[in-house]
Amino acid sequence: MLRKIRIFAATFCFVLITLLFLDFTGTIHAWFGWLAKIQFWPALLALNVGVVVGLVILTLLLGRVYCSVICPLGVLQDIISWFASKRKKYRFSYSPALKWVRYAALVVFIVACIAGIGSLVALISPYSAYGRIASNLFAPIYQEGNNLLAYFAERMDSYAFYSVDVWVRSLATMGIAILSFVILAILAWRNGRTYCNTICPVGTVLGFLSKYALLKPCIDTDKCNGCGLCARKCKASCIDSKNHAIDYSRCVTCMDCLDNCRQGAISYTRAHKADKATSVKESSTKDTTDVSRRRALSATALVAMSSVLHAQQKKLEDYVEMKKDGGFAPIKERKEPNRLAPLVPPGALSIGNLAQHCTGCQLCVSVCENHVLRPSTDLMKLMQPEMAFDRGYCRPECVKCSEVCPTGAIKPITKEDQSAIQIGHAVWVKDLCIVNTDGMSCGNCERHCPTKSIQMVAKDPADPKSLKIPVINTETCIGCGACEYLCPSRPYSAIYVEGHEMHRSI
Amino acid sequence: MNRRKFLKVFGGGAVASSAALYGCAPKNEPGAAVALGEVPTDKMTYRQHPTNGDKVSILGYGCMRWPLKQGSDGKDQIDQEAVNRLVDYAIEHGVNYFDTSPVYVQGMSEKATGIALARHPRNSYYLATKLSNFQNYTRENSLAMYRQSFRDLQTDYLDYYLLHSIGGGNGIELFNDRYINNGMLDFLVKEREAGRIRNLGWSFHGDVKVFDYVLDMGVKWDFVQIQLNYLDWKHASGRNVNADYLYGELEKRGIPAVIMEPLLGGRLSNVPDHIVARLKQQRPENSVASWAFRFAGSPDGVLTVLSGMTYMEHLQDNIRTYSPLIPVTDEEKDFLEETAQLMMKYPTIPCNDCKYCMPCPYALDIPGILLHYNKCVNEGNVPKSAQDENYAKARRAFLVGYDRSVPKLRQANHCTGCEQCNPHCPQGIDIPKEMQRIDKFVEELKVNG
Repeated sequence: MLRKIRIFAATFCFVLITLLFLDFTGTIHAWFGWLAKIQFWPALLALNVGVVVGLVILTLLLGRVYCSVICPLGVLQDIISWFASKRKKYRFSYSPALKWVRYAALVVFIVACIAGIGSLVALISPYSAYGRIASNLFAPIYQEGNNLLAYFAERMDSYAFYSVDVWVRSLATMGIAILSFVILAILAWRNGRTYCNTICPVGTVLGFLSKYALLKPCIDTDKCNGCGLCARKCKASCIDSKNHAIDYSRCVTCMDCLDNCRQGAISYTRAHKADKATSVKESSTKDTTDVSRRRALSATALVAMSSVLHAQQKKLEDYVEMKKDGGFAPIKERKEPNRLAPLVPPGALSIGNLAQHCTGCQLCVSVCENHVLRPSTDLMKLMQPEMAFDRGYCRPECVKCSEVCPTGAIKPITKEDQSAIQIGHAVWVKDLCIVNTDGMSCGNCERHCPTKSIQMVAKDPADPKSLKIPVINTETCIGCGACEYLCPSRPYSAIYVEGHEMHRSI
Repeated sequence: MNRRKFLKVFGGGAVASSAALYGCAPKNEPGAAVALGEVPTDKMTYRQHPTNGDKVSILGYGCMRWPLKQGSDGKDQIDQEAVNRLVDYAIEHGVNYFDTSPVYVQGMSEKATGIALARHPRNSYYLATKLSNFQNYTRENSLAMYRQSFRDLQTDYLDYYLLHSIGGGNGIELFNDRYINNGMLDFLVKEREAGRIRNLGWSFHGDVKVFDYVLDMGVKWDFVQIQLNYLDWKHASGRNVNADYLYGELEKRGIPAVIMEPLLGGRLSNVPDHIVARLKQQRPENSVASWAFRFAGSPDGVLTVLSGMTYMEHLQDNIRTYSPLIPVTDEEKDFLEETAQLMMKYPTIPCNDCKYCMPCPYALDIPGILLHYNKCVNEGNVPKSAQDENYAKARRAFLVGYDRSVPKLRQANHCTGCEQCNPHCPQGIDIPKEMQRIDKFVEELKVNG
């Protein structure tokens, strides 16, 4: 029964958290956005005392149910492990805790946090790992499925579904997501909760607490016949059946052992009642496990984008010169300008605040409907969001990233705030502007500036009839990128946004 | 999805399934006689040219909208198999006038038309093409264009040759530059004497002064091509001239008229629902488009009515309408005039999807944007304000449909206002102005979610 409740609750959380990363309409977020905010590490980053205290109390009462129910990465491993158990039912065995690995991982994690190495933090943190797996691996499948529906909807002249662009935001992050998934899948397939009990810093911290939990699975030695089935079913490898002992720091309270014990010897009960059960003495653990099986997550493999050589095949045209009707001019792909400072979304307060609080979960990147946000490729803050305007710009009606951020890296803002926060300012590149390159009038930047910070003035001050060039009032410019996105100059925009280290209100 | 795309996807299937149903239906049951019946092959109405006696089918094939497919290089190419099939079908069913130009379909029309027609005896059809020297009108380039038409169309004579779209730009000055100052008109008159051009004429859009001037400039014109339909008859848009005037002037002089834009690029078939109902109520078994074609073919001085038929279903429908042509009665003319006035209430943009404006140097899909806008106007999906009753539905239809019809980087917000397109528009649409208007509208829809 308890196991069934756990499975039900875990499915509920897992499906909905996954949908947070997949749903691009905002419906799920409106109802279940809180599921991301009750994740332990994001809540800690957000200094969300309520949630952290709540989770601590939860663990002190019930043990590590957090790991079994709320943490999507834990549930993902359970799912993989469940598939593996279809092949071999009783495939686990007790192994002593790898304490030094756990503590080392925790220390590395804390040091990385303090030193501000966001990329390392994001690499280890369970919620971040799940986020990048969901947004990089699951979301494209979901979106393609949606696009298929949209395809049929279009053919039926229905507007129920609309298609969305499916694209790789960052090859590096995608690579890390694949690597994370593969490593986790292998670990979970072979040994269940290895990651949770050796690397996961949240698991280690909650493990400290769960030792003192009020309710725990306890073995009644009177009933136990020492068959060892519980240990062979324990995905946390924490039941030492010979000694009738359970390592509560690793037990994720999945209740599998309860249902599995044919003698009914294990019950989820108050610890002092089961005083016959002795907890594993820490000194008795000897490092006999095969260390080679434990793999630390290694650094990233950066896949360099191979530049496509455009072999300009000069086709021999007919010698008649004419303007042919129809067809499309090709669109040169946008290239990212070399910004001195990166652009981070309004609500982030400053580049530093984002770097400190962001855990790189990709939630903001997933929900950015204008395709502005993408994971940074900077090694220090790998996978943290950054803005680019090649596919859209930060539109005034959208504050989604600030709504979904669970860590307080992007603080909630209103639409009114959005257009009053200066995240950067536009810079005009004289030599690229089509007024100078094509001798054409334009003014598309001026027409689309939401804050009216661009004016068009005659290029030649002496000749009011000369073509007009844009001039920017950097005091009122908010850095939304409309001008950069809509500039006709390609591959580089003739007007681009420079990021501000500290955001300001105007 | 517009009507065209829909037909492209489902047209074939629908035709096949209706054919199958027809085959299965017992012959003696009511309804078994299927509303449409066979497409007649021998009932086409022909008009005789007053001077040379050419017997021209009232349905002329406009070769400006040949079906396209994507080539292996990702670029558009004409679906030659489909063109062959369409041309064969048209000739089988009595169509004998084919009108093309060197600039049509990204410059590929003449070649494709030539390939399809070369499979038929040269005396079984009349070939019309144009001197489309819009960009470079030096004598050398114009001559080269003229000669290339012969090569691409695989012929040694042209039945009808036109000075293409006069009346645009700055009017008479441009006309003189394109045809008089470079001696091309003199040259073409000589070519007519030599028999390489059988009929010399011109097509007209725009400045009425040019129309009047060229008509009476002392050259014998064998035919003139004008835009005529029941909307333009009295309610020409933009710079266009009312067709009743243009046609009247030609009739006075006994010059046969070739009709273009009888359907306004589909705008007279893709009409608001209540107008569909109105037209269908009168003749439930005839298509909405048939009204436009009957109107355009009715005046006696019309030699042929051009239609750019991309799909077999359009071709079949038009053949039915003209096999034979039942001229519109006076009552029907009044009825169509009332219909025109009803249509005028819809603020559509008079784009006929001719694609002369394309390619836009800044990569916009101008006709795609305008067509989507018009579609939404007709379907009532262009809300005036966020307080409108069906605002949410209309907004979604407009925005979702917009992304479906036009890729994001080709949408109206990328218009630079450079105005390079404007001189090419035969309908005189101020394209950048419309782009910016639509962009503003889209912006409002997006912001007011």
